[in-house]
Amino acid sequence: MTGLPIRLEKSVYIASSASAAGKNEKEGPLGDSFDLTSDDDRFGQDTWEKSESEMQRIALDAALGKAGFDPSSLDAVFAGDLLNQCVASNYGLLSFGIPFFGLYGACSTAAEGLILASLLCGAGAKRCAAVTSSHFCSAERQFRFPLEYGGQRTPTAQWTVTAAGAFVLTDDREDVRCDASVKAIPRIAAVMPGIVTDRGIDDLSNMGAAMAPAAADTLTRYFSAGADPGEFDLIVTGDLGREGSAILCDLIASTGRDIRRNHVDCGLLIYDCDGTDRHAGGSGCGCSAAVMASNILSNVRAGVLKRVLFVGTGALMSPLTVNQKGTIPGIAHLCDITGEVTK
Amino acid sequence: MNTDGKTYKKYAAARAKKSPLLKNCAMAFVSGGAICAAGHGLRRLFTYAGLSDDNAGMLTSSALILIAVLLTGFGVFDSIAKHTGAGTLVPITGFANAVASSAIDSRTEGLVPGVGAKIFTVAGPVLVWGISAGAAYGIAYYLVCAAAKGGVS
Repeated sequence: MTGLPIRLEKSVYIASSASAAGKNEKEGPLGDSFDLTSDDDRFGQDTWEKSESEMQRIALDAALGKAGFDPSSLDAVFAGDLLNQCVASNYGLLSFGIPFFGLYGACSTAAEGLILASLLCGAGAKRCAAVTSSHFCSAERQFRFPLEYGGQRTPTAQWTVTAAGAFVLTDDREDVRCDASVKAIPRIAAVMPGIVTDRGIDDLSNMGAAMAPAAADTLTRYFSAGADPGEFDLIVTGDLGREGSAILCDLIASTGRDIRRNHVDCGLLIYDCDGTDRHAGGSGCGCSAAVMASNILSNVRAGVLKRVLFVGTGALMSPLTVNQKGTIPGIAHLCDITGEVTK
Repeated sequence: MNTDGKTYKKYAAARAKKSPLLKNCAMAFVSGGAICAAGHGLRRLFTYAGLSDDNAGMLTSSALILIAVLLTGFGVFDSIAKHTGAGTLVPITGFANAVASSAIDSRTEGLVPGVGAKIFTVAGPVLVWGISAGAAYGIAYYLVCAAAKGGVS
């Protein structure tokens, strides 16, 4: 039967994670938790696309450094971004010389990469990585308007996050560096790929509403397979924003379950949204990647969070099909992450 | 909530927070009016300096375009426009910003495939349909005048 959770028979651990972020993100509530930030969002590069690539390079380099792994020891890297042909990933990870898989899952790419990397680790590979990024300046010019264009955004619009996150996975627990501060090692216990869901939303400025049904579908399938929402310290979506988060809670409530107590959204965690240009919150596949790689997984390692359900949500929107009066399909991939207590 | 697409779309639209229409209209009215008043002031100034009415009008438009392009280049225009909305969009300043911002954005792709090809990405539809509407109006005006005079000459 299709659409069931995939439980990993072999344990796969997130050995390390790292993030890079821009100025607005640095000024946000999680600003101190990112490994490296750039005050001009350029990361020393002369084009926005190269800046995004550089963020990916920095994030993976930092993650490999934390894990103490040499790039040549990795079996594969799964990477994605929002740009055509995944150029930020292709160029950004070129220098590592790691076997490469390019992904596109819009904002769900971080979860998609984690799923595929963990499955490959469980299927015989020893070490894999997942890297994801988005950059406000490169994404806006591809999907919406020129950066300096003077327009007004609607309250449901989300702000593309400038950030990258990298995760390094291993199938060997002894491989994972543990200092005294590490109380638990994040282990990917189960994954569940999303199903493309289209409920007729065609408003480019309301991505949350386009993604929420996909997130509800994935979560409902996961809960129906035996998990209870109350088992999780956090159910982390990324990035439904304010609008999509409220819709998701409504949709889940209509199935008789309640996630309001433990649900958070990366798009709302990364910015202080009230009274700013961020409106309904952050979006872009770098958002959930950076929030998971920094804040959430740090809390799992510190033993604060014992079990986290990460649901990456993507609006599979193309400006071309929207102009052709098309609707915006959504997708949501799920990773069940458990903190395995260190000895 | 197992609803079909139509019901869900209605639900999502109904619950979505709306743009502050009254505030946006008031801001547009005040800022758009201020730009037009400033334009009129400039026109008076140019006329006072001895320019003909036609030349003063042309120079006023050019001055407003120059100011909008400079503000766009310095990264200020969008910060103003997010408050003023249609107030800065509707006058010639909005058109200038649409052209300048596209040009700035695409300069990394070079002068031909970048700036040359993309400069009218946003303003292009205004040119195409504005000029077409102008031409259509001109033809209609000509035909109506001719008919009034008793035949096309």
